[in-house]
Amino acid sequence: MNGPTALNEVSPARATTHFNRPARLLHWGMALAIFTMLFIGIGMVASLSLRPILVSLHRPLGIAILLLVNVRLFNRLWRRPPSLPADLPSAQILAAKASHWLLYVLMFAMPLIGWSMVSASGFPVVMFGGFALPPIAPHDATVYAVLRAAHTWLALLLFVTVLMHLAAALFHAWVRRDGVFAGMARGPRVGGQSARGGMDESGEPPPPM
Amino acid sequence: MSEIEPGATSSTHRRAWPALLSITLIVAAVALAFAWVAGWLTPGRLTPQRFTNAIEAGNGQIYRGFRRAHAKGVCVAGYFEGSGKGVALSSAALFAPVRTPFVGRLSIGGGSPYGLDGKARVRSMALQLNSADGQQWRMAMNSFPFFAVSSVQAFYEQTVANAPDPTTGTPDPAKQAAFATAHPEFARFADWAKTAPWSTSWANTTFNGVNAFRFINGSGEIHNVRWSMLPQTAFEAMTPEQRATVDSDFLSEDLQRRLVQAPLRWTMLVIVAQPGDPTSDPSQAWPDYRQHVDVGTVVIESSTPQDTGACRDINYDPLVLPTGVTGSDDPILAARSAVYAVSFNRREHDIATGKAAAATGDAKAQGRRP
Repeated sequence: MNGPTALNEVSPARATTHFNRPARLLHWGMALAIFTMLFIGIGMVASLSLRPILVSLHRPLGIAILLLVNVRLFNRLWRRPPSLPADLPSAQILAAKASHWLLYVLMFAMPLIGWSMVSASGFPVVMFGGFALPPIAPHDATVYAVLRAAHTWLALLLFVTVLMHLAAALFHAWVRRDGVFAGMARGPRVGGQSARGGMDESGEPPPPM
Repeated sequence: MSEIEPGATSSTHRRAWPALLSITLIVAAVALAFAWVAGWLTPGRLTPQRFTNAIEAGNGQIYRGFRRAHAKGVCVAGYFEGSGKGVALSSAALFAPVRTPFVGRLSIGGGSPYGLDGKARVRSMALQLNSADGQQWRMAMNSFPFFAVSSVQAFYEQTVANAPDPTTGTPDPAKQAAFATAHPEFARFADWAKTAPWSTSWANTTFNGVNAFRFINGSGEIHNVRWSMLPQTAFEAMTPEQRATVDSDFLSEDLQRRLVQAPLRWTMLVIVAQPGDPTSDPSQAWPDYRQHVDVGTVVIESSTPQDTGACRDINYDPLVLPTGVTGSDDPILAARSAVYAVSFNRREHDIATGKAAAATGDAKAQGRRP
């Protein structure tokens, strides 16, 4: 079992226990943005009164997510994320890895499909005021119909994936208490009693590095 | 919660159950909230999809690839020439004395692409104006001077009341009467429909924006407005006998004849509201003595059939607006935007899946009657 001292040392030689600060900021900021987007998206197509205001939020927020996910992927590839606990069953490891890459794919795909879809409909891709993005797909009935359907189905897939991600995160936090949740929830504690508050509360050992 | 099944010896199991239950409840709550926002839990809630379903039911059948409302029409092209007077009201680029090209559509009310022109009480003009600055302004105007009803719910009830009865094939007069009683503002529209003279052409028809918008000028001043397109072609009324005997496509035939001679023109007249004029109720016209500003001229130069024309894949959503124009608190405006989007999605889907030969001209090309 690793002692607090060992964990507090920020040593590049050792695997990290926590996501770095940019990763955590991007994760929680984008979690809020994506959650909001999913609800705005499903709400705006089902409302006879709120569509205009919701669409005007949906488009710039989607492009903001597209910009952020680029930064996030760069950070993710550049800074190694914490390893998963060694005692995690292989099925859960596979689920974790597959769902994270699916989330990345969808975080790129949803705004790009949305932008293409609006382009293919012939609508101006209005961001705010008089500022619009250029079209990135031809104005075409078939291109539009395919992208429009894809936007809906992938949004539902994203929602289900986000729910599973939420369930898994809480499972790590409350059932396994293995520090995986704490790794994204906060940074390593320096000078405190422990690097892993979440674990200490549960009395669980930290995951092996 | 704390009971452990025989054989479950691990202490983590004892603690896991409340946690697992909490996780399940949290995930279920989020999923339920999503389903509620989507309208899946409230089949009675009026959504754009259900509104469009009612329109399709009212049409008697689904005409694949066609607009679910105002299905019959022609594409037109031309330009708007600003007079310069609109600049005082709105910073929209097209109000400057410049020419702004448009792709438009002239149509008749009703959901059938084979409707009879002589029987269509409502005619419409839609424009997509493309400014040099890259901004668009889409307008969808009608020949009625005010909307039939004042609320979205009433609009829906009107659609349902006018749907053909499955047994008789015509609307049920009792349902229509009940609708009219429930919505007294409809009497004004019914009176217009009964008494207003029918013009002989799209060219001599007035098209009204009906819904209120807000114009914002360069100084940030806001005016509530509505607008109308007044034909520069002299008005000529049709007799009931003429209407009964005209060709079913006389409007497009007439349009082609006129366009061979000369372009057709309308004056865009902006009506500026006074404080207190209702902006949220399109069924109430504003008084005639309100300030009218001649902001420019709509000039139609050519027309093409809609099955292959540029207007086919355009959704004339009246809330696609340039800088200097915004929607008002008129609830019908948002509802039109929402329902048009569903109609557009459905017809583009029909086209993409090859179900819309009649709407895309493919049936004609293959020599089949649609």
